Amino acid sequence: MNDTMTAGTVTITSGNGDPIEAYLARPVDRTGFGGIVVIHHMPGYDEATKQMVRDFAVHGYAALCPNLYSRQAPGASPDDAAAAVRAAGGVADDQLIADVEGAVRHLKSLDGANGKVGVIGHCSGGRQAFLAACSMRLDAAVDCYGAFVVNEPPATMPATMKPVLGLAPRLSCPLLGLFGAEDSYPAPQETAQLAAELDALGKEHEFHTYDGAGHAFFAVDRPSYRPQAAVDGWRRIFDFFGRHLSA
Amino acid sequence: MCTYLTEKVSVDGSGKGARGWFPLTHATVYVDHPQHAPQEHTLNIDFINPEQGPGARVAVELTEESALALVRAIQDALAAAPPGLASADPAK
Repeated sequence: MNDTMTAGTVTITSGNGDPIEAYLARPVDRTGFGGIVVIHHMPGYDEATKQMVRDFAVHGYAALCPNLYSRQAPGASPDDAAAAVRAAGGVADDQLIADVEGAVRHLKSLDGANGKVGVIGHCSGGRQAFLAACSMRLDAAVDCYGAFVVNEPPATMPATMKPVLGLAPRLSCPLLGLFGAEDSYPAPQETAQLAAELDALGKEHEFHTYDGAGHAFFAVDRPSYRPQAAVDGWRRIFDFFGRHLSA
Repeated sequence: MCTYLTEKVSVDGSGKGARGWFPLTHATVYVDHPQHAPQEHTLNIDFINPEQGPGARVAVELTEESALALVRAIQDALAAAPPGLASADPAK
């Protein structure tokens, strides 16, 4: 088994031309690998997200997490950057799309890449993964408990958090959705509505809602962690990417 | 949930962050996922000076009970001191 990988910080070019920081992990001495764009959650470009990037590389993928906060808070620690961007209203959808486009282009340019690229995001990143998959040509997308895909957020929220269900006709790839039955954002009713819309549109999707799990059940460093849901969720993620990102 | 809801107020004072003391210009107050506290959600306060960059920040993450106790303690402390003693304009 060859599970050697390398990981570190790189500079990539966003789809809008901006140079941005990103964390890349990729297999060593292997070719024909798929790519995965990892969209970090709102708490930022943090250690837990970088660990996820490395995990994908251990499993034979090139994974790349663009630092969505690199413009507003270059060089800042992830928590300080997250606080600054949060105070400014969050990441605009246009910027997110551009940054994912840049990450996809970078992954496809790597020596040994097979040209297939998927996206995954958790929490706010779940909504952004769906948004990306409706905004560009991708091969697979994973939405882990992304809220406000279907429902309007409370009126007091910044304008950056608008529902994106209307983009569903443009979903470019199969979608895996992993949700908690005890989550309120998104609640099972919201994800059921998304599934119904994708059914009506004939868009390939696979949703799993775990009993006994709420929001952020994958987060091993938070009390929301639910081992049974997370272990099964990871199995489904690798199975899904294995089917859709192989050469 | 990621609330994104943020109350922002101007403040006048100083805070001590990772790089030492700095003048504060604002505080943001919000209920959301903490970075460090072992809770799903906390009341978070960032005392900041955006002109000095994202690192000019003193952060606290409190349970709801702790946050409400802090509010009461602030009010009690101010009420116990002579009126205006800590004011930016004591003559007022």
